[in-house]
Amino acid sequence: MRRQNYRTRAVILSVLLLVILMAIYLSGIFITEDMILGSFLEAKLPPDFQHFFGTDALGRDLFLRTLKGLSVSITIGLAASFISGIIAVLVGIGVACGSKKTEEAITWVIDLFMGIPHIVLIMLISFALGRGFWGVLIGISFTHWCGLARVIRAEVLQLKSEPYVAISKKLGKSGSWIMVHHMLPHLTGQILVGLILMFPHAVLHEASLSFLGFGLSPEQPAIGIILAESMRYLSTGMWWMAVLPGLLLVILVLLIDKLGHLLRIIWDPYSSQG
Amino acid sequence: MWIDENKMKCKQQKLLEIHNLSLSFQRYGTWLRQESLEVISNLDFTVDKGEVVAVVGASGSGKSLLAAAILGILPPNAIVQGEIYYQGTRLTARLQEQLRGRDFALVPQSTTYLDPLMRVGQQADGHRKPRPTERRKKIFEKLSLPEKTGKLYPFQLSGGMTRRVLVATAMLTEAQLIIADEPTPGMGVEQALEALQMFRQMANEGKSVILITHDIDLAVLFADKVAVIYGGNTVEIASSRDFERGEEGLRHPYTKALWRALPQNGFEPVWGTQPYAGSCMKGCIFAPRCSMRTWECEEKMPPIRELREGEVRCYHAT
Amino acid sequence: MKMTGRKLIDIFIRNSIKMLSLLLAVSFLSFLLVSLSPIDPVGQYILGLQTAVSPEQRAEIEEYWGVNEPPVERYFHWLTEVLQGELGESVIYRRPVAEIIGERFINSLALMLCAWLISGIFGFILGIVMGRYYDRWPDKILKKICYILSSMPTFWIGLLLLLIFGVWLKWFPIGFSSPIGVLSRDVSLGEKIYHLILPAFTLSLMSFSGIALHTREKLWDVMNSDYVLFARTRGEDEWTILKRHGIRNVILPALTLQFSSFAELFGGSVIAENVFSYPGLGSAVSAAGLQSDLSLLLGITLFSALFVCTGNMIANLLYRIVDPGIREVKE
Repeated sequence: MRRQNYRTRAVILSVLLLVILMAIYLSGIFITEDMILGSFLEAKLPPDFQHFFGTDALGRDLFLRTLKGLSVSITIGLAASFISGIIAVLVGIGVACGSKKTEEAITWVIDLFMGIPHIVLIMLISFALGRGFWGVLIGISFTHWCGLARVIRAEVLQLKSEPYVAISKKLGKSGSWIMVHHMLPHLTGQILVGLILMFPHAVLHEASLSFLGFGLSPEQPAIGIILAESMRYLSTGMWWMAVLPGLLLVILVLLIDKLGHLLRIIWDPYSSQG
Repeated sequence: MWIDENKMKCKQQKLLEIHNLSLSFQRYGTWLRQESLEVISNLDFTVDKGEVVAVVGASGSGKSLLAAAILGILPPNAIVQGEIYYQGTRLTARLQEQLRGRDFALVPQSTTYLDPLMRVGQQADGHRKPRPTERRKKIFEKLSLPEKTGKLYPFQLSGGMTRRVLVATAMLTEAQLIIADEPTPGMGVEQALEALQMFRQMANEGKSVILITHDIDLAVLFADKVAVIYGGNTVEIASSRDFERGEEGLRHPYTKALWRALPQNGFEPVWGTQPYAGSCMKGCIFAPRCSMRTWECEEKMPPIRELREGEVRCYHAT
Repeated sequence: MKMTGRKLIDIFIRNSIKMLSLLLAVSFLSFLLVSLSPIDPVGQYILGLQTAVSPEQRAEIEEYWGVNEPPVERYFHWLTEVLQGELGESVIYRRPVAEIIGERFINSLALMLCAWLISGIFGFILGIVMGRYYDRWPDKILKKICYILSSMPTFWIGLLLLLIFGVWLKWFPIGFSSPIGVLSRDVSLGEKIYHLILPAFTLSLMSFSGIALHTREKLWDVMNSDYVLFARTRGEDEWTILKRHGIRNVILPALTLQFSSFAELFGGSVIAENVFSYPGLGSAVSAAGLQSDLSLLLGITLFSALFVCTGNMIANLLYRIVDPGIREVKE
């Protein structure tokens, strides 16, 4: 059947995307500091075959720096989505299964987190942790869980009204048994897709924060840092410093987003058609 | 004498004729193979001027799509075959577009058919200019809708008021043909009678009404003629009087079974399930459930034929 | 009507109480975070002075700032001052925080308002076009553009615009909302607007895809509703339906979304202002964070929360004022 084909295609495409993402990630890991280290003789070169993205003011290869930076972005994005996901699951289930009072309290907390612009809150958290890697990571983790928590809450509430859950309850199954056997199987897909769709946001926020100077320190390779540096050389005509690394970042984000949508199709072909 | 005859002729003038109407859906989809699903096949009936025709059938018989087919508001993946004539002219998509809201009016069933954010009066007036506000007010009054109704939003109406507003939209037009789609479900008997009476009234004023319903019991009380649909096919066209006479008055075994299923006539359930139209049966669509079937029925679909001033699609009906 | 009026006041009061409680919590949370920081504000302050400071002087500063008080006491001390409208003094600008916020908020407001209007109007129109041609080519193209735009980091959009319009076409200056060397109060309105265009454009590019995609979905739902089907049977053509029913039913959710997007708007302005060195709250808050200007950081955080909560409250009220019915039907 064609339908099977469509899903198979989604599976193949998503595996392909995963391979590309892994390649970016691994290449970033294998690029060592001294590979990036350039010489002043090669400073400010526009893109050519030797340096795909050109070189920066210190003569470092921008392509290698960008890859390295993206791999750091992926690390932070993955970790932050994961932590956010755990918070979201706990909160979402807590709201759905707890008493009315817990629900109100948690809704209030969500409103609190939504009440401060995310960037400002991440800045504050990053400031509290003395900036750097952990600052951004925790900052992003603690600001991205609200949306997914709401989705999970709605889903759990809906599952609770399903007849098979009510029957299980009548049969004397415990709440945790129902949770494991009836709810988690349904939620896993939602959570997974939610996590992957959160991932690009986390990456974008990391880049923005590093750009503003709250994220990774200038010595570390980070896409935000590269782009912040590029601002200084914009007026001298070094366009490649701003355009190319940013373009690669956008492509990365689009790839991850596409992956999320593909996984949603694989999981639940009827919910999404594109 | 000849005047009378002329009158008769005038009364019998055909407003709408449906010949051999078939309707199927083409299902496209990136992952679905293209397939077509036939929901109506070989549908025939005519509607005369000043007549109420009840189209009766169990749910899933394709009768609601009939309204959409006549009005030309089917989804784009629907394929219509056969002909529909209106006042002798064959309907085309273009003509249907012109007739909608002028000669044709639909009376839908529920409040979801009203724009939730538009005042009822403005909605009933419609989009055409000049707005018939004065006439609308009179019609509202005639339907005993309070004067303030026009200023209300749909969510503020009771079920009965909503129904009358929807009827008012049809009365406001000069429509010759009114199609009422399941106007009675969810109503008490009294309300249903009141609703059907409104349609009878319109027919008495010279308009024609197609009453799509699964409630034979009530339909028979107000309709002149009943078209019975089974699996997307017309199986019988009978006058309401035939129903009053009971089983002998009726022709098709399915109609008889329906009659017996009415509470006052024994409440005998109709055995079996209704197939989809076009479910690859070469014979009579009712054959699998029919007690009168013979080899003939299973070989070839019986044509619709005239019988005792009615019509029936059965070899054995007498 | 009386009932709805009273209900609205009721909702307003309940919202206000909630908003106050949220603001209080924001003040506590942000103070907590700032106090947790290992970054030593006094040290940063002294660094900023760029003069040698004796230990006695340092102790004096610490005494003045209350660094050695227990945190809870410090919080209440700070809170009572804030409630009296005393936000403290900014270390980097050497001026009262309230004054800085007031001055910069006007700049930020101009920027955000422009972007808000541009993204709202264009996003809505594009959403209508996309919904009208749902799944046909205009929709497919616009949808792709929206997805790509929402995958672009705001600062990169800013950089590109700066590169194209500033460096290559030389239509706009690179950075600074006022010409260098001119006092801000001497800058003419025309110049201000001139310096506003690129950041406002950046900011609206960031936020318009959300509203467009949302409107697209809503319009699609409306066009497939029973009441539009009924309108069709009454002889309304597609254009009339769009005018009579489509826009009427789509504009309210769009407005609500616009008002509840103040958080993203503010966040975006932080970035846009930094890219274009625009003297608003956004550039001030990041400067305050980077240079450990605690009073300014806390002040702007509180103010941004007030801003966001106001937007949410307007969205909440709007939903009920314009459309009292929807809720009742759902309940």
